[in-house]
Amino acid sequence: MSFSRRPMAMRFSPVGCVHYGPELNRTTIPAAPVVRRRSLTADNDDRRMLRLGIRAQNVGTIECEVSVSTITRREVIRGGAALAAVAAEPVLARSRQAPTEMAPGIAPVSLKVNGEIHRLNLDSRVTVLDALREHLYLTGSKKGCDQGQCGACTIHIDGERVLSCLTLAVAVQGKSIETIEGIAAHGELHPMQQAFVDQDGLQCGYCTPGQIMSAIACVREGHAKSDADIREYMSGNLCRCAAYPKIVAAIKQAREKMESV
Amino acid sequence: MRPFAFDSAANLAQASRLGGGTGQGQTDAVAQFLGGGTTLIDLMKLDVLRPQRVVDLEPLRASSVDIEFGPTGMRLSAFARMATVADNPRVQSEYPVIAQSLALAASPQIRNMATLGGNVLQKTRCPYYRDHSWNACNKRDPGSGCTAISGFNRNHAVLGVDESCIAQYPGDLGVALIALDAQLNLSGPRGARRIPFSSLHRAAHGQPHIEITLDPGEIITSFFVPSGLWTRRSLYLKVRDRASYEFAIASAAVALEMEADKVVNARIGLGGIAYRPWRSQEAEKALMGKPLTEANAQAAAEAALSGAKSHGQNDYKPELARRTVVRALLQAKALPDSSVA
Repeated sequence: MSFSRRPMAMRFSPVGCVHYGPELNRTTIPAAPVVRRRSLTADNDDRRMLRLGIRAQNVGTIECEVSVSTITRREVIRGGAALAAVAAEPVLARSRQAPTEMAPGIAPVSLKVNGEIHRLNLDSRVTVLDALREHLYLTGSKKGCDQGQCGACTIHIDGERVLSCLTLAVAVQGKSIETIEGIAAHGELHPMQQAFVDQDGLQCGYCTPGQIMSAIACVREGHAKSDADIREYMSGNLCRCAAYPKIVAAIKQAREKMESV
Repeated sequence: MRPFAFDSAANLAQASRLGGGTGQGQTDAVAQFLGGGTTLIDLMKLDVLRPQRVVDLEPLRASSVDIEFGPTGMRLSAFARMATVADNPRVQSEYPVIAQSLALAASPQIRNMATLGGNVLQKTRCPYYRDHSWNACNKRDPGSGCTAISGFNRNHAVLGVDESCIAQYPGDLGVALIALDAQLNLSGPRGARRIPFSSLHRAAHGQPHIEITLDPGEIITSFFVPSGLWTRRSLYLKVRDRASYEFAIASAAVALEMEADKVVNARIGLGGIAYRPWRSQEAEKALMGKPLTEANAQAAAEAALSGAKSHGQNDYKPELARRTVVRALLQAKALPDSSVA
């Protein structure tokens, strides 16, 4: 779709409904709640807004009511992606689809993620990574290479670090999945998260969730006893910013705390 | 990735029935067994493997024992994870070459996922095999030719190759298993049987698309590694382009039985340079009964690589492999006797 190639801010500003500026780089737009009303002509951009929960009064004109503070970057992307898949269809045709109808090859899958059971209807091809990111909206686990080479998607299954991009969701039913979203407890960061903050163990941060999940397992396995050990047993997590020395420092800091508990 | 039906096998008989379409390692097999998925899902995403049916063997793991030590050898479940075996202290001390070949392979995450059975059946990393936008690949598309022979072949094989395919077998465990004369226990449509590990992978012989000798639907259930006076004095030396998490450009699995300075028994496997897991009985013979000097190790290495055939960018490999064999032999000789007794 043509709109999907344009930067988000440019896509939305002509609509005049919500202005998305540079703050899009943050997960949640920290603007004051503002409600605006505009009449818009339905085009691709407007249809996508429908997916954000904006009600259409009729096909030609859309009454748009948006509280800026409630829309996150994730919702914008999610809405865009969802529409991209069906944008070729007319809006009304889509609304007639029965919501309970299941496409062929889709089956019910039950996933236990961070202690909570989720029931989803998934294609057999869906990996755990895509189930987390696209279906449960747990986007902390990152998609780097999507072929098992970078470690950005590292999660724990039954307590062991694995690559969620090479694991089929349908194959891990009944197992316990833990993601970066589930490791902070009682309102406090996990010691490994805190150590990455304290030691500045990142630059761009994209590999960081995978690094942290891998690092926690590395300490638990007893493979973080020396710097050389840490480097060897963290080799499955690549960092294009090369923050490696600080990652090693962070793991050593967290190791002390984790082992003293 | 193309759509497929997903099945979970409750037992071996059912798995074999469901996996009747697995073929003998052909890329176009209509069914695939799923172990850890680290090769299978990757190649399905690349649209190289296109099974219509995937049969998950994970449920079979529960009823198998990962590692069993017996008086004549060690039994490893084919469903055991690489990490489980690599981290086992008894495997590390009694069969170091096995533990090291696993620990030096892949990454911790992948070792937590991948099974031993899947590991020995992993597909080549030949970039022309993995990218089907290249039309010519005899392994992927029989009769289409080989792009690698005149292409980017820096990490392609120099032993066991022919004009049809110079792809390299990328595994490490297989090199250790073939050196130690391991056996495979199988379960399939014609019941249970045992074969030498050395007969699992077929030679290219102009038909590189047929990779293995298993029957369609047949499953590796376990490996038997015989123990010997050489298994404790063994090691796996792996040479890579980067320090960790990388496939070998040359590797050697060696196991030695020594009487003073003299070699009584030698087992030598080669990796990173061959079409399939490679054992060099020529090199073993060259050492037998002789003192393990650098010159004799060099002679053994020469014997191991005597049939090498390179194709330009991989001209460096025979010499690198010879040096790898020499270093591995001298390192094994230098192992303290206390670790061997």
